[in-house]
Order: sequence, then structure tokens, then C-alpha cells
Amino acid sequence: MLSVSDLSIARAGLPVLQGLSFSVKDAEALILRGPNGIGKTTLLRTIAGLQPPLEGRIEGAEERVAYAAHADGIKPTLSVTENLTFWARIFGAGGIDGALAAYDLRPLAGRAAGSLSAGQKRRLGLARMLVTGRPIWAMDEPTVSLDKTAVAMFAEAVRAHLGRGGSALIATHIDLGIDAQVLDLSPFKAAPGSMDAFEGAFA
Amino acid sequence: MSLWEYANPKKFLATSERVLPFFWVSAGLCLVVGLVWGFFFTPDDFRQGSTVKIIYLHVPSAMMAINAWVMMLLASLIWLIRRHHVSALAARAAAPVGVVMTLIALVTGAIWGQPMWGTWWAWDPRLTSFLILFLFYLGYVALWEAIENPDTAADLTSVLCLVGSVFAVLSRYAVNFWNQGLHQGATLSLDKEENISDVFYFPLLVCIAGFVLLFIALVLYRTGTEIRARRIKALRLRERAAA
Amino acid sequence: MTALLMRDLALAIRAGGGFGLGLAFFLIVTVLVPFGVGPDPALLSRIAPGILWVGALLACLLSLDRLLALDWEDGSLDLLATAPLPLEGMLSVKALSHWIVTGLPLVLAAPVLGVLLNLPGPGYLWLTVSLALGTPALSVIGTFGAALTVGLKRGGLLLSLLVLPLYVPTLIFGAEVARRGAEGLDVATPLLMLAGISAGVIALLPFASAAVLRVNLR
Repeated sequence: MLSVSDLSIARAGLPVLQGLSFSVKDAEALILRGPNGIGKTTLLRTIAGLQPPLEGRIEGAEERVAYAAHADGIKPTLSVTENLTFWARIFGAGGIDGALAAYDLRPLAGRAAGSLSAGQKRRLGLARMLVTGRPIWAMDEPTVSLDKTAVAMFAEAVRAHLGRGGSALIATHIDLGIDAQVLDLSPFKAAPGSMDAFEGAFA
Repeated sequence: MSLWEYANPKKFLATSERVLPFFWVSAGLCLVVGLVWGFFFTPDDFRQGSTVKIIYLHVPSAMMAINAWVMMLLASLIWLIRRHHVSALAARAAAPVGVVMTLIALVTGAIWGQPMWGTWWAWDPRLTSFLILFLFYLGYVALWEAIENPDTAADLTSVLCLVGSVFAVLSRYAVNFWNQGLHQGATLSLDKEENISDVFYFPLLVCIAGFVLLFIALVLYRTGTEIRARRIKALRLRERAAA
Repeated sequence: MTALLMRDLALAIRAGGGFGLGLAFFLIVTVLVPFGVGPDPALLSRIAPGILWVGALLACLLSLDRLLALDWEDGSLDLLATAPLPLEGMLSVKALSHWIVTGLPLVLAAPVLGVLLNLPGPGYLWLTVSLALGTPALSVIGTFGAALTVGLKRGGLLLSLLVLPLYVPTLIFGAEVARRGAEGLDVATPLLMLAGISAGVIALLPFASAAVLRVNLR
């Protein structure tokens, strides 16, 4: 269970979202929607613990979130297996066989990651979520550069993850065909001109 | 009424504007009186001749070069612990003043060293330490300039100032160990035999007071400028967000 | 942690990893010095310890801007920061791998280059010892600089400006050990100071590095 209450967050010192509250129970997924620049990435980074919120509280996220960003953290000179094994060992969560199978990476296992196509790299990046063993997936536009089959693989992997009692926060524009709540972030856009205490002291 | 009230930028600006004229005037008075007294109304030293008079610029600027860094260190600590923006901006404002003080100390040292030691530059421990301090200042200022987000810049420069202080002290000891110097010992401590005589001492004190007051005035003034710059930036951001 | 170390070493050794670049730089600097100051053996043997120390220091500096920048660009740094590994430990491992890739080869190569500069007999031992003690400190201090400048465009030059003043104490005591060793003097005091600086830096500086990296990631 992840719960967020009365959260305000800022990007580059400028507030983007405020007064945001929601919760995601185990075995549930939440789809985040909203126009570009609304703060989806900032929200996911805040939940992953990479940046502190301006205000509000996040509960149940500590050491439980696996974060997937636009950049996959893939080293081109390492093979697919080596990339995955590295992250599995860092998170101390066991084998990579399930992850390789889920995204059909077995035929590519020995190839250097630098020789993969954009979509194949993305699949490798998503497979990384499986080897973290973390219950909450926070994913930022996970389907970029994936074809239809790969999107289906991804949806299947998320469904399986939910089936194991995990949960997921996904910022995406497309319909994944997953049974999930949808949260539109537009109403929580920070009021124009809201400032932090220092700049506010001039107003 | 607590000191922390001045962490509010409005309050800080209002108060600093009220006290600034006093600091400007008294700094100017002390410097004029001290320097004129020192340059024209003290006897020549029996060994060093009239060259000794550069002491009235050299010693105060050298003291302020170090004091400015100490002030930046304190301001950085206040920012890291209590997150008062004015404190971070004061540290930022003090750095270029410290750079100039260090430069004055180095240049007057060279000018004084030429007739006394027969060389413009010697790798004397104190001169070398000031050169290293100068490099620390440059790095600190460059880091402030390089980072766009003001809070990030304040955090990073504060940590750099802390770490830099430790290494500056280490360097001081290392340099002492590396080369025993030409410099005379403490000039101003109260119990030393080699203390300079009262004739030179009193105008020097006035000059030091002048440099301290000038430093305070400059830092207050520059902090005000930094606050106004932040304000303009904030207002611009607000305009853009509203548009 | 072992996983991270093994990965960094593997990355360094594979194509484009830059393994050996620092060593080649060290070699070139050492070879250039006699061209600059002349071939007089007495002069060269007098300045050899200092030249070798400065050369090793510059070679260490050379690879620092890649230390965290590559992981920053491909997003690994974000992912590592969310991993169960403490950031302090992560940065210590990064410094260790930098030392193994850059510092250790310098330590091993320095005596060979000492021959080129006519280093006196007893100097070889103390040069190697001082570099072995000092280069880990250079790597850890460099990691701090890399963490400070990781998000910046054109961070490389700034990194040098920030790190070089921090290298002063290590350089002074390290070169002093090598110099005294070469002249057959007692090396105990500078050796202890050098060891003290290295120990202090390795124990404490990763906390500062982690603090600034956290700021840079947010």
C-alpha cells in the first residue's frame, strides 16, 4: 500500500503540482495522465525518493519502489545477461531467468546491449523491473519505442506483477489494456505564481 | 526579537539599508585616517625604511582574506542547518570580496618582498598559503556561477566551503612543513617580544578597523543586490507561469 | 557492492573504457620533462620525485570527469540511488574502481619511469610506497569533485579547478616522502602525515560526496 497525502512538488525550483492525494493498494495499478510538463516525471522521481517533496507525505514507498525512467541505465559494452545480472545482484533479488522469459530476451541474451535496437533496449530496461524484487513499480512512459507485441508483453508482465500482490504507478498516454484506476493530474496543477517561502517573502 | 528575523529578506533589506550609510562613512573615515596617519605621520623603520608602510594595506587585507572565508564558512553552516536563504546569499556575496582581499594581500606582499627579501615572489609558507587560499576562492566562485538552480548552488557551494576549510587548514600545515619561511612571526599578538612598536601599532589598528567596516559594508550591500536579483528572477518566473 | 566493482572494472577494460589512458599520459608527461629542463642527470635525479608525483596526480585528474558522468547520462546513477546500496558505499566503490583502473597502474609504473629520470637508488622504494599510500586519497577526493560537478555541462574544467587545491596536502606530503627517500633522509614524519590524510579522507569524504550527489540528483 502506497499512500500520498497533500503532496506538493517542484521542478527546478518552480512548483508544478500541489495538494495531490491518492493511494495505491497492493495488487492495484494506477495510470497517471496529464499534458506534457504537468509533473508526471517529477512525481515519480519524488515517490522513488530521488527528490524531496515541498510539502506533504508519502507513505509506504521507502525501499519498496523500483523506478524506470526514460534512460534505462544500460551499458552498451555489457551483454544483455550481464546488464540484468548486475541489477539483480545490486538489488539482491535472485535470478534473471523469469525476466528474460517475460520479455522474450533469451535469443538476445549473449548480445552486447549496444547492438540492440531501441525497442529491444527498452525491453531490457523493463525486464530490469522484474529482477529488482521491489513491490511497487514507478514507470515513466514505459511503452516508448515498443511495438504492439512488446506492449502486450509489458501489459502481461504488469498483470503478473499485480497478480503476485505488487502494485504499479504508470505514466503513459496509451491504453495498456490493464485493469487500473486512472488519475488525471491536471486539476492538481500548482497555482501560477505560487512560490517557496523565500521568494514569497517579497510578494 | 531574535537574530533569525533577519533571515527574512524584506526585514534584512530594510535593516541593511538603514545601517549601510553608517558603515560606508565609518569605513571611509577609518581608512582615510589610518592610511594618512600611517603613510605620512609615522617614522621610517630603522631597518626597513619607508617600505614598512605597506604594512597598513598588507596586514589588514590579509586578515580580511581569512576572515571572509571564516564568515562564508559560518554562513554556509547556517544555510545547511537552518536553510535561511539570506545566509546562503551572504556567503555568495562575501566570496568576491574575499578574492579581492587575497589579491591585495598577495600583491602588496610581492611589492614589500621585493626590497626586503630581494625577490617579488618567494615560496614562503604564508605567501604560498595565501596563493592556495586564492585557488579555493576561485573554485568556490566558479561553482556558484556554474549552477543555475539557486538552491542546488547554495547546497553544493556550502559543502564545498566546509570541505575546503578542512583542506585549507591541512594545506597550511603541509606548507609550513614543506618550507620554513622568511616571514616574521606574529606581528600583533600582545605578549610577543617581536611585537611592533606603538608608533606603528595604533595607525595599523585604525586601518584594520577600516578594512573590517569596509568588508561589512560591501557584504551587506552585495547581499542586498543578490536578494534583489533573486526577486527579479522570481517575479519573471511568476510572470512566465501566469502567461 | 562487489557487483558494482566488478561491473565498473569490466566496463573499464572493454572497448572504449579508457583503461590505460592515464598510464599513457603519465608516461608522456615524464618523457616530456627532460625535453623541457635539459638532460643533465644530476638535475633530473634531483627533481625526479616531484615530477613523478605531479605527473601521477595529473594522470589521476584526467579520468575523473568520466567517473560519474557516464552513469549520469545513461540513467544508471538514478537507478543506483534508488537501490538498497547506501550512496556513501556506492561512491566508495566508485573511488576504489577508479583507483584500481588509474591509481594502481601509476604506482606500478612509477619506478620504471624513475629510471628515465635517473632517480637515486633508495628513492624507488619510497616513491612506490608514497604513491601507494597517496593515490587512494587522490581517487576519493576526485570522486567528491566528480559528485559536485556531475550534472553540469562543461563540468570537466570546473572539476579540475575544484579538485586541484584539495590535492595540495596529499601532493606535498607524498612528494616529500619520495624526495627524502631519494636523498636518504628520514621519511617517518611526512609518511605518517600522508597515511593520516589518506585514512581521514577515505573514512570521511564519502559522506560529503554522497551529500552533494543527493543534491545533484534531485
